[in-house]
Amino acid sequence: MKKFACLGLSMVMALGLMTGCGNSNGTTGSATEDESATGSTSSTGSTTSQSTTTTGGNLTGTVNTAGSTSMKDVVAVLTECFAEIEPGVTINYTGSGSGAGVEGALTGTCDIGLASRALNDEEKAGGAVEHVVALDGVAIVVNTANAVEDLTVDQIAQIFKGEITNWSELGGADGEIAVFGREAGSGTRGAFEEIVGVVDSCAYTNEYSSTGDVIGNVASNPNAIGYASLSAVGDTVKAVKVNGVTPSEETVKDGTYEIQRPFVMVTKEGTELSEAAQAFLDFALSADSAEFISAAGAVSPNA
Amino acid sequence: MKGIFMVCGFIAIAFVLLITVYLIISGLPAIREVGLIDFLFGTRWDSANQTDPAYGILPFILTSIYGTAGAIVIGVPIGFLTAVFLAKVAPQPVAAVIRPAVDLLAGIPSVVYGLVGMMVLVPWIRTTFDVPAGDSLLAAIVVLAVMILPSIISVSETALKAVPKEYEEASLALGATELETYFRVTAPAAKSGIAAAVVLGVGRAIGEAMAILMVAGNVANMPSLLSSVKFLTTAIAGEMSYAAVGSLQRNALYSIGLVLFLFIMCINVFLNVFLKRNKEG
Repeated sequence: MKKFACLGLSMVMALGLMTGCGNSNGTTGSATEDESATGSTSSTGSTTSQSTTTTGGNLTGTVNTAGSTSMKDVVAVLTECFAEIEPGVTINYTGSGSGAGVEGALTGTCDIGLASRALNDEEKAGGAVEHVVALDGVAIVVNTANAVEDLTVDQIAQIFKGEITNWSELGGADGEIAVFGREAGSGTRGAFEEIVGVVDSCAYTNEYSSTGDVIGNVASNPNAIGYASLSAVGDTVKAVKVNGVTPSEETVKDGTYEIQRPFVMVTKEGTELSEAAQAFLDFALSADSAEFISAAGAVSPNA
Repeated sequence: MKGIFMVCGFIAIAFVLLITVYLIISGLPAIREVGLIDFLFGTRWDSANQTDPAYGILPFILTSIYGTAGAIVIGVPIGFLTAVFLAKVAPQPVAAVIRPAVDLLAGIPSVVYGLVGMMVLVPWIRTTFDVPAGDSLLAAIVVLAVMILPSIISVSETALKAVPKEYEEASLALGATELETYFRVTAPAAKSGIAAAVVLGVGRAIGEAMAILMVAGNVANMPSLLSSVKFLTTAIAGEMSYAAVGSLQRNALYSIGLVLFLFIMCINVFLNVFLKRNKEG
């Protein structure tokens, strides 16, 4: 009896394996077909590109982008859409942080650097050129049970510096404020601290290594306050008004919402981009990409 | 054929040497720049501070020691008693259920421990102790204690089972009760194996990063039970992706790695010496 059960089980498993194979075979098959198809179009495209350069679909090459981890979603969406226009171009993305992105653009280790903050004077003096592709609001989030609706930038600064330590001082229920932030080096943290004016003076209760962790912990802790990309804020937490302005796509774009930062593509002055890289940059800055950028949760200034 | 075995053996040794040399080479510059005393005994770590960065890792060292010690204090008694239960007391069907469960516990990825800790343990600590946030040394200790249980249980169980039956029979024949026999005769006879289990637990606890990254809060405070803390491992894991190549911050992270490496080396040497002395004695 036991033997039969074993046999039956192993047969079921073997079948499962086979169906698994079938599926993956199917997908890889179609993928290779796609690839060969794009390969042929791009190769014919490149032969014509010697005579005409402006029509889409005739570029080949690889564009390496590196930098801000916050820009991952935006770059992914742009990559996907750009692939439809220029299927012969491969866009690579490495999430190494804004500082490394600017450095990469300057030293030439990547074609386009990514930074989720405006470039500083030092970087501009080094030859870095910024192209703003999107704006990102940093939302201040609290637990949904928190009665506080509206904070001024000053109050936010005082909370994060540890000068205001109880929600009752802000009109909320009595409770010690738990100040959640991101780890040192995070683009969101850098942007937040710089905009609010609390660089190097924050007294965090906890530091988390991802936006999701911050939101998850704020959602489960009634006394918590944290910050996160506006695009990442869902229904689980409440984004407070800042100086009376509700954070939203419109208020970020018209500049009334104060806590916002630009997503920047960085190139080096005097260094000519490869045709493919230039095309990608032009696409990112064009009005065509605006709706895709807003699909990724950021706001395009070029729409 | 013999040659293949030898080559395989050398590969392992080569990797140990490679890692050792690499860690020493990349770990020393920052220690030299910061100064050994300031590095090891400095109480402030603020590597991202643009105006006044500080690289003192005493908070990490103490947190790692306290965290590991706490996990051992909770984990070893539970683990040891479970091992005694499994090896000697438990009826066959019960042991047949517990043993696979323990093995399963060993197979759970550390990120899952972290997740459960974050979802269950951290909110529980927050409400129970009435603190603003539950991420704390205590949460890390509890998670680590559970994580080291399987290795402690299985190694001590093996050690207890290896004790010759004659010892126990002699003890029972002399009129000792079963429990007296297990704790006065079997356990002392298996003490080197149990010590190995403890050291194995220490090694696992001090090297763990992922699970405690999710429950410890990750602020470089001097350790206290209910405050947010950063371990040696989580300091490296949390900051490495942001530290620019060649910067002092990155080099300091390598130095933390070197310190951690030395810690684990010490534990291994201690284990070897201890086991050898027991065999001779």
